[in-house]
Amino acid sequence: MSALAELVGRYNYVITIFLMMAGLYIVVARGNLVKKLIGLSIFQTSVYLLYIEPGKIVGGTAPIIDPAFTVYSNPLPHVLILTAIVVGVATLALGLALVVRINEAYGTTEEDEILGKDREA
Amino acid sequence: MTLLAVVTVAIIYQRSLFGVVILASMYSFLMATLLVVLDAVDVAMTEASVGAGVSTVFLLAALHLIKTTEMGPIRRHTVPLLVAIGTGAVLVWGTNLLPPFGSPDGVIHGHVAPRYIADTIRETNVPNVVTSVLADYRGYDTLGETTVIFTAGIGVMLLLRGGRRRGRAAEEKASK
Repeated sequence: MSALAELVGRYNYVITIFLMMAGLYIVVARGNLVKKLIGLSIFQTSVYLLYIEPGKIVGGTAPIIDPAFTVYSNPLPHVLILTAIVVGVATLALGLALVVRINEAYGTTEEDEILGKDREA
Repeated sequence: MTLLAVVTVAIIYQRSLFGVVILASMYSFLMATLLVVLDAVDVAMTEASVGAGVSTVFLLAALHLIKTTEMGPIRRHTVPLLVAIGTGAVLVWGTNLLPPFGSPDGVIHGHVAPRYIADTIRETNVPNVVTSVLADYRGYDTLGETTVIFTAGIGVMLLLRGGRRRGRAAEEKASK
């Protein structure tokens, strides 16, 4: 039983880290700026998972106080991640506004084309 | 969780930006479902509305403004792939020291969290602990958060508005 529980725990972390690395790979390897931003938000959501996962207690319930329950999952990471989600969408909006401006100025959202135009100028 | 990984791989290989946006929205919904399973109901609600709703609207609006839905050809990149795999391997190795999933004796459950759960009814009279921590115990964080959103909103407005005006001025100069 404990071996099984350990395996499940590792599986959670492995998937979280896979998502994190996929986000990192998209940000570094893909030239399109919109796709880079989506990669960034995938990285962000993997961090949400990384915070929420240790807060879960098996057999616990959502942290809303009720006489029927005694074990609650940890509310602190939930609060931190609520803030992180909202800040994340704010940065996403700002990044998209920058992309729109770059597109107006250069006529493209591909990173290497922008660099090429910079070199010509 | 496996579904999340599958959607992410699809996002990596999808070239149509429109498809990427829809897949990202799907990813957010899956993430919200997973958060419900992890007892984080408030976070799941926020993720479903903000991640799958508002973000998708922003992305679609941006796609409308830049008027392109196709991205350039995808080339093979070995160096970023190696960096990602290397970092991932180190992180997986690091999980050896983390407490197993769902155990109640992890370090994270020892600090202020039990106090919040035990005293929140007496001190704030709010049964939802997440709300009481957000608004009462850590209210300054939330104030900072709203400041960040305000700043981002100003930034977006300045970027989009200022760009228009400058573009129009340049056109007028060119026509003269």
